[in-house]
Amino acid sequence: MQPDQFNKQLKLLRNGLCLFVIALMSLGGFVVLYTFYPESSLFTVKEANQKQFETSDSLSVPLVNSQEGEYDLETGFIEDVGMSAVVNNCTNCHSARLVTQNRMSREAWKATIKWMQETQNLWDLGEKEPIILDYLAKNYAPESKGRRQNLTIDKWYVLEQ
Amino acid sequence: MNRRNFISSSVLSSITLAIGTTVVYGKVIPVGYTPIAMQEPDPFKLFNISEQMNVLNDRPWNIESKAHLLNDMVTPNKYMFIRNNGIMPEDINVDTWKLKVEGESALSSKEYTLSDLKQKFKHYTYQLTLECGGNGRKEFNPPAKGNQWGVGAVHCSNWTGVRLKDVLDDVGLKPNAVYVAYYAADLHLSRNPEKEPISRGVPLSKALEDETLIAFQLNGEDIPIAHGHPLRLVAGGWPASVSGKWLTRIRIRDVVHDGAKMTGQSYRVPKNPVAPGEIVDDKDMVIIESMPVKSLITSPKTGAVLTKNRSLKIKGHAWAGDLKVNKMEYSIDFGSTWKPCSLSDPINRLAWQHFEAKVDFPENGYYEIWARATDSNGKSQPMIIPGWNPKGYLNNACHRIAIKVEV
Ligand code: HEC
Repeated sequence: MQPDQFNKQLKLLRNGLCLFVIALMSLGGFVVLYTFYPESSLFTVKEANQKQFETSDSLSVPLVNSQEGEYDLETGFIEDVGMSAVVNNCTNCHSARLVTQNRMSREAWKATIKWMQETQNLWDLGEKEPIILDYLAKNYAPESKGRRQNLTIDKWYVLEQ
Repeated sequence: MNRRNFISSSVLSSITLAIGTTVVYGKVIPVGYTPIAMQEPDPFKLFNISEQMNVLNDRPWNIESKAHLLNDMVTPNKYMFIRNNGIMPEDINVDTWKLKVEGESALSSKEYTLSDLKQKFKHYTYQLTLECGGNGRKEFNPPAKGNQWGVGAVHCSNWTGVRLKDVLDDVGLKPNAVYVAYYAADLHLSRNPEKEPISRGVPLSKALEDETLIAFQLNGEDIPIAHGHPLRLVAGGWPASVSGKWLTRIRIRDVVHDGAKMTGQSYRVPKNPVAPGEIVDDKDMVIIESMPVKSLITSPKTGAVLTKNRSLKIKGHAWAGDLKVNKMEYSIDFGSTWKPCSLSDPINRLAWQHFEAKVDFPENGYYEIWARATDSNGKSQPMIIPGWNPKGYLNNACHRIAIKVEV
């Protein structure tokens, strides 16, 4: 295994653990809360919270790791050099989610920007363009998926037969 | 700044206030997660859809269904995927809504109110399969751009309306007519009223089919806003983007329509096969017409564990664009052997067909059930992702679900 691949695995594992702990703690919190304020409207929040942790087979926006400081809370962009230029120029028409769903090479990001400039009223990005491209190409680069990936099952369940 | 879908620190502190304690790890709430109570607007309430639907994008709204949610023979509104290219029209007044039919190849130009349309022309109801051209995009490698649809951008619901051909007949066609284009009331994302978010259409032959409708009802009720209230062009079996929502104008063209998302790379694929990742010139792309053969296992939901017996009934639907599905099979050994499923006829042309099978597992363990449909021209679904194309259209690879047998 390549060292950076190993690091990645390690990070995934750590983030997984982190999520698990959060899940447990927030559940615990809600149980306590529920005991004292069973009517609280916050219980809709609890449902939403759980929904995030048991995700779906057709999950399309990957549930990104959520280490403190790594992701911008407002937009979901990965925090890195150039992020503010991306927020300022890429969330005006559509939300950040159309950007963060995608993975492209620098050339392909550039072509996408050019397409939006030619057909979708996107402005000239001027000196910000290379900063935006560097940011996107680094943080939203393609990963090889092969011809068919393994199925990922988020939650096995016993079928009533 | 748009406030629709993010948690600001002030919102977090108000949760904190309400709970009377700090939200543990408030800062590390997963990205994309907005507590439902805080979301404005809540898409599930806004569109009256199931909370199990998967929101890909909130601006513009793009929401997909899941295989097991599509188990109904006729898809109800709550499980229908939503694909928007622009901003949905607001303040629709059905009393003043007009549909204009005109164009360089029209003999006359006419305007119809909704009640004109309903009174003047005979009504028809068809169950029609509409699938997003980009359904399955997320599996392409290298990744193809756009909303990363999984398997759930398809539905087959009942549409009621008048035949497009009856309306075209009322206006009159010149002999040089080749294409029928739509224009709609949605707004471009840049909010520039001069720009069309999308304006597509169909060749005359598809426009003149019995099942091509100008619809005003979905499953017996007024079409919901997300699906094109009050009028939608509906052409089953073709990419759903052909079925223009919020219809205001139909233009009969003497050329292949060149509106927004008809040209360039949108809803088009390479004329000749290309290598994965290849850059394809616009002039080498062709417009997608009929969608390819495909199927979905809708019951059980993937991830089922069998603890009582080693047999299982599976159910699903299959469709094939303009064609019919002739054969439906399943495999539990990754395609080494295929067994037949029973397959119903479509209720009408362009409706999906239903299949069923009883699957017997030889021993305990992990299995995948793969489903494969074959169309009336003898073409089957591939097991691997089919030909790569720049925008990731037409992924009709076999659907599969995972099963554990622990009897
Ligand atoms: C002036 C408006 C506007 C701005 C600003 C804008 N976009 Fe877009 N973008 C669009 C439109 C319109 C679409 C098509 C949306 C759709 O089809 O749902 C789009 C689509 C996309 C897509 C999907 C591409 C595809 O082929 O479907 C990506 C990725 C994207 N934009 C990234 C960006 C990035 C990165 C920026 C900042 C440099 C940006 N956008 C800024 C208007 C804009």
